[in-house]
Amino acid sequence: MSTEIVASANAEARAVTGAGPEARAMDLLRFATAGSVDDGKSTLIGRLLYDTKSLFTDQLAAVEAVSAARGDEYTDLALLTDGLRAEREQGITIDVAYRYFATPRRKFIIADTPGHIQYTRNMVTGASTADLALILVDARKGLVEQSRRHAFLCSLLRVPHLVLCVNKMDLVDWSQEVYERIADEFTAFAAKLDVPDLTVVPISALRGDNIVTRSDNMPWYEGPSLLHHLERVHIASDRNLVDVRFPVQYVIRPQSTTVTDYRGYAGQVASGVLKPGDEVMVLPSGFTSRIAAVETADGPVPEAFPPMSVTVRLADEIDISRGDLICRPNNAPAVAQDIEAMVCWMDETAPLRVGGRYAIKHTTRSARAIVRGLHYRLDINSLHRDESADELRLNEIGRVRLRTTVPLLADEYRRNRTTGGFVIIDEATNRTVGAAMIVEAS
Amino acid sequence: MTTPAAYRVSHLAALEAESIFVMREVVAEMERPVLLFSGGKDSIVMLRLAQKAFAPANIPFPVMHVDTGHNFPEVLEYRDQRVAELGLQLVVASVPEALANGLVRESGDGMRNRIQTPVLLDAVEKHRFDALFGGARRDEEKARAKERMFSFRDEFGQWDPKNQRPELWSLYNGRHHPGESIRVFPLSNWTELDVWHYIARERIPLPAIYYAHEREVIERDGMFYAVNEFFRPRAGEERFKAQVRYRTVGDASCTAAVRSDADTVEKVIEEVAATRITERGATRGDDRVSEAAMEDRKREGYF
Repeated sequence: MSTEIVASANAEARAVTGAGPEARAMDLLRFATAGSVDDGKSTLIGRLLYDTKSLFTDQLAAVEAVSAARGDEYTDLALLTDGLRAEREQGITIDVAYRYFATPRRKFIIADTPGHIQYTRNMVTGASTADLALILVDARKGLVEQSRRHAFLCSLLRVPHLVLCVNKMDLVDWSQEVYERIADEFTAFAAKLDVPDLTVVPISALRGDNIVTRSDNMPWYEGPSLLHHLERVHIASDRNLVDVRFPVQYVIRPQSTTVTDYRGYAGQVASGVLKPGDEVMVLPSGFTSRIAAVETADGPVPEAFPPMSVTVRLADEIDISRGDLICRPNNAPAVAQDIEAMVCWMDETAPLRVGGRYAIKHTTRSARAIVRGLHYRLDINSLHRDESADELRLNEIGRVRLRTTVPLLADEYRRNRTTGGFVIIDEATNRTVGAAMIVEAS
Repeated sequence: MTTPAAYRVSHLAALEAESIFVMREVVAEMERPVLLFSGGKDSIVMLRLAQKAFAPANIPFPVMHVDTGHNFPEVLEYRDQRVAELGLQLVVASVPEALANGLVRESGDGMRNRIQTPVLLDAVEKHRFDALFGGARRDEEKARAKERMFSFRDEFGQWDPKNQRPELWSLYNGRHHPGESIRVFPLSNWTELDVWHYIARERIPLPAIYYAHEREVIERDGMFYAVNEFFRPRAGEERFKAQVRYRTVGDASCTAAVRSDADTVEKVIEEVAATRITERGATRGDDRVSEAAMEDRKREGYF
C-alpha cells in the first residue's frame, strides 16, 4: 500500500491502463449537501450525477416510472435520493443518503442530508466527515434562517471548505445584482463564524448553468463552475500533518510458529507523520520509545500519515493496549477527565440532563461519563445563548461539562477532528445519542 | 503547514485504509465476528482486506457461505481453494439442508433468495455470531444508499431504517445486547468500478465466470440466463450460444449474465466505466420484483 501511496500516480496508472476516466490517480473528496427540495438540492445532485455520467439508465427509468405513476408533470429527481419506501410515501427525507460520482480528477462521496431543523442530527452526521459543504439558496428568496443555520453547523463541525450555491439564477434574469447582494450578505455572516474557505457560485441546477461548464448567461461571473471548483479545491493541506496522534486500535500478535515475538500496534494515523527512528511517547502511561518500523501487509513503509491504516512497531517492550495513543514527547494531547464540549443531542426519546450518566467513545477508547453541567443551550438560528436551559432535547446544541471515568487523550476539536470528537451512547439502549466536540480538556 | 506532493493519497488507498480500519474495529470490539463469503467479487475483495488488516497474523475470524444449493461450480471451487490457502474455518449455512429438515419451504417461483434469510439467521444463532461482515456497497441500490457502516439488527435480524444509529467521524457504535447483532459493511463507500480497480491493483484472481466466455443462454426480460440444472427455459424461449460474463454472482437460478467480450481485468474496467446500467439492474431477476424489493428483504434480515 505504502509505496503506492507515495508514488500513487505511477502505480495506479499502471494498474488501470486505458480505462478512460481512471487513467490517472484520483483522490477522494467527501462533501455534504444541505438544503431542501425547494432549494433545488435534489435537482443539483441529479444534475451532477447526470453530467458526470454517474446516473444509470435503469435508475433513471425507475424514477421516471414512479414519477409518471404519481402524475408528476416532470420527472422528480428527488426520487433518486429518497430511497426508502417510508420516505416516498411521506414525501420526506429521513436520513443521510450517500451518493458517488467520479471525474478524471477525483472520486466524490456526497453525504446528502435533509435541511429542515428537525434533521439537524443528520446534517451534523454528514458534516462530521466532510471536506466540503454545499449550501444552497434560492436566488429569489435570498438567505433564509435555514442558510444561516447550515453555515453555523458547518463551522461547528469544522468543515474546511464551504460553497454557497445561489440557485435558480434563471428565475431572477441572471441578475448580477441579486447574486452580489446574497453573496455579500452571506460573506458578512460567515465572517462571524469559523469558516476558513468560502466560495460563492451562481447556478441554475435545472438548466445546468455553471455546474460543469461556465454559463454563457452570466458573463459577469468570473469564477469557476461548481464542478471545476469541486475538482480542484485544495484539500491535502486540510490534514493536520504536525501533531503526531496514533490511537492504538488493535495489537497484532500472531500465534504462529513461523512468525515469533511479533508485536505490532495497528491503527489509522489521526494526524502527523510517523517515521522509523522517531522518538515517541505512549499515553496514558507516559513511557517513551522509538519507532522501529512502520508496516503494512505489503511491507515496511518509510512514513505514515493520515488517513493510512498501518502497524507501528516500537524498539522497546512496553505494555500497550487498545485505546492508548502514540504521540511525540514534546507534542502530546491532554490526558484529561474534565471535558468541556459542544454537544449536539440526537435522541428523541430522552433529553440530556445534568447528572446523566452515559457511555462515550473517543478515538479507540471507551469510557463512562457523567454530565456535570450545562452552561448554555444555543439557539442555532439566532446564535443566542440560553443560560437558563437545564436540558438538551433532540437536535439541540449546547455547551456541556463532563467528567469521565478514565482519562481521554484529547485535543481541541478545532485543532484535531479525530482526537477532538466523541460520541455519547445510552448505556441502557446502546443507541448513539449525542455528538461532542471538545472545546477544552483538563 | 505544507503538504509535499508525497503525502498524496489516492482514492483507492483511502478506501482501503477506511475498510481496514473498520475491520480492525470489529475484531477489537466484537466477540464473534464472521465474514459472509459467497465467492463473489465483493466478498473476495473483503477477504483480501481482512488479510491486510491483520498481517502477519492470520485472519482472526471464520467465513460463512449461505449456500442456496444453486451454485455455479466455478464459484464453489474458488471458495474451497481460497479457504484452504488461507487456512480459514468455513461455516456453510445450507438452504438444501434447511429445506430437508423443514426450517424453510421452497417458494412458489423456485427462487431461493428470500428463503436464504431464515437459514442465515439460524446459522447466526447457532454459532452465536455477533458481527457479520457483508460486501454490500451503497452504490448498488437505493435502500443500501442509506445503510450504515455498522448496521444494528435486533434479535430477529431485522433492519429498521427509521431507527439507525448516527455515525459520526470514524466512531462506530457496535454495542448490542445478547442475541442482537451488527452487520458491518466495510465496502460501503466503494463503487463497482473501485472494486475492479482494486482487483487489478492487487492482482486478485476471480472465478472465471466474471470474464467473457461462451455459454448457452436464453434471453428473458432483456437478461441472459445460462441454461443449467437450476434454470430451465420456458416454452418458446430459444437457446443460443453467446459471449457473456457475469457482473454479479448470486443464486444460479436468478443471476443473469451480460453480453461481453471483456476477458481481462483491464477490459472489464473499460466495460464497467462505459456501462449505463447498474449491476443489479442488469443481472438480478430478484431486484426487479418491485420498487422496494431490496428494502423489504433487508428489513427481514437479508444481507
